[in-house]
Amino acid sequence: MLASFVGHAETPEEKGLAIAIEADKRDTGFIDQQADLVMILKNRHGDVSKRSIRTKTLEVKGDGDKGLTIFDSPRDVKGTAFLSHTHALTPDDQWLFLPALKRVKRIASANKSGPFMGSEFAYEDLTSQEVEKYTYKYLRDEKIDGRDTFVIERYPAYKHSGYTRQIAWVDKKMYQPLKLEYYDRKNSLLKTTTFKNYKQYIGRYWRAAEVFTMNHQTHKSTKLIWSNYRFKTGLTPRDFDRNSLKRAR
Amino acid sequence: MPAPGYELSGYVAGELRTFINSPLINRQQDSNLSISTQPEFYHAWNDGRDSLLFVPFLRLDENDEERTHFDVRELTWLHASDDWELRIGLRKVFWGVTESVHLVDIINQTDLVENVDGEDKLGQPMINLALIQDWGTIDLFVLPGFRERTFPGNRGRLRSIPRVNTDRAVYESSQEDKHVDFAVRWSHTLGDWDIGVAHFYGTSRDPRFLPGLDNSGNPVLLPLYELINQTSLDLQATKGNWLWKLEAIRRSGQGVTYFSTAAGFEYTFYGILESPADLGIVAEHLFDDRGRSALTPFDDDIFVGFRLTMNDAQSTEALIGAIVDRNKSTKFYSIEASRRIGDQWKLTLETRLFEQVDRRDPLFSFRQDDFLQLELAYYF
Repeated sequence: MLASFVGHAETPEEKGLAIAIEADKRDTGFIDQQADLVMILKNRHGDVSKRSIRTKTLEVKGDGDKGLTIFDSPRDVKGTAFLSHTHALTPDDQWLFLPALKRVKRIASANKSGPFMGSEFAYEDLTSQEVEKYTYKYLRDEKIDGRDTFVIERYPAYKHSGYTRQIAWVDKKMYQPLKLEYYDRKNSLLKTTTFKNYKQYIGRYWRAAEVFTMNHQTHKSTKLIWSNYRFKTGLTPRDFDRNSLKRAR
Repeated sequence: MPAPGYELSGYVAGELRTFINSPLINRQQDSNLSISTQPEFYHAWNDGRDSLLFVPFLRLDENDEERTHFDVRELTWLHASDDWELRIGLRKVFWGVTESVHLVDIINQTDLVENVDGEDKLGQPMINLALIQDWGTIDLFVLPGFRERTFPGNRGRLRSIPRVNTDRAVYESSQEDKHVDFAVRWSHTLGDWDIGVAHFYGTSRDPRFLPGLDNSGNPVLLPLYELINQTSLDLQATKGNWLWKLEAIRRSGQGVTYFSTAAGFEYTFYGILESPADLGIVAEHLFDDRGRSALTPFDDDIFVGFRLTMNDAQSTEALIGAIVDRNKSTKFYSIEASRRIGDQWKLTLETRLFEQVDRRDPLFSFRQDDFLQLELAYYF
């Protein structure tokens, strides 16, 4: 359960931060993770396009995670790989591998709000969510889909975010989000993400099998279907450097 | 962990080139159709630590018998260990950070018939050992076997006048294309900086030319491949929306010892006009201290380009650029654009325009070769 400060009532800001810290603590220690991802994009006319992606993640003590994302489809971008060394408040280090030219290109990463592969997910939505990236405020308790949640508002602390704030419905049992609302730079509701079919791995880590984002302004949506989660597979920093990026398959 | 088992992927493409002006030589054609294919066979084992890659390439060209060609782009065994990687076979290696030219990219020979921008390369035989340390990666190369540059033939456009006769290349080394070349490179990332320092000793991939005669007594140019030493530096600083880039080389053994540099920046505006699209601005200064006697047209030129990335589901993007000579009248314009169609098709448009070409410029024989090209590729 939550720690309470003895002697004075917790402010909403303190409670929000405490929930974020607890959620982070419960999700730490998986060392490394691999998963397969199918991304389904749909526009307002109902046109569908698909991407197949494999992801690898490495926890880094005292810093953001390292991530490697490899594209299997569409076939013309097969072999394109994206390496990121994320940091909480300073810009991430990011490299792109372009298979046609066999070129590793370091790219500017100040743009976290840009769409990832044409989808409704921004880079900042998909990179590791460190506690220091936001300030928090607890709003209320709420029940959604029969589950008890904390409703927390969070404000990006890093520069170049595309959002003024987000509202997260955090499941009280799993300490994982069931729903996230994103508010753009004009503070209008931009998109809503829902997380479904959570499953617990190695007795501890909760991962959603399906994540769906609807952009209310463009009426475009992206569905992420995650599968084949594997943890503690023996990845090392050597699997997340420019040499491994060049031979990523 | 890589995808398991054997993998087959690749593309088949049809290309149509239309030349806007009449050719300088009667035999050259106004339009050109060609098809190409590049399948890729991949197999990994030992938990992905060992892999085999085979990438053959074939193009069949309507008009130019030199452009019809087959090449093995890759036939490599790769073994990855904790602090070293070994790659043996035919491979392609890319070095560099700039966009308009690739000065430091020396390992592979240019497959010039493919594209006038020189970015297509022939497979290079090599033994490459990479030593990976905290202070950077050292790449050691033994390059046994030399590939000669491909040049358009008699009926091809975008070629020199007179044409280059690839049957009678001249080598400085008595071992000719069996000469073993060497290269070493140190590369590292330090915070915002990516740096590479390299040295190459061996037969220059860029030939000079000697006047000659073909079997019928017609004037031709013979490629002259000389032994060179080239030291190079490539540097990129990534600061927020800015990328600062530099490539510099010093080459000796091919006429006078010379320096050449390419330096510039790339700045990106993200989400322009409240859309998901990005607009990047690229500017580079190209310099060769041989000046008038430079073999390249880019002795003192400015490149300016705009890269538009729509960030849409069809990955629509375009790169529009111009290279302008600061001392001569020559202007080179280029437009490249591409878009995915459906799931497996890709349409690419390319336009190259050679304007007000100075008669002293190496590009002078291309002055009537402005073209528009469409390529439709099927990816499997």
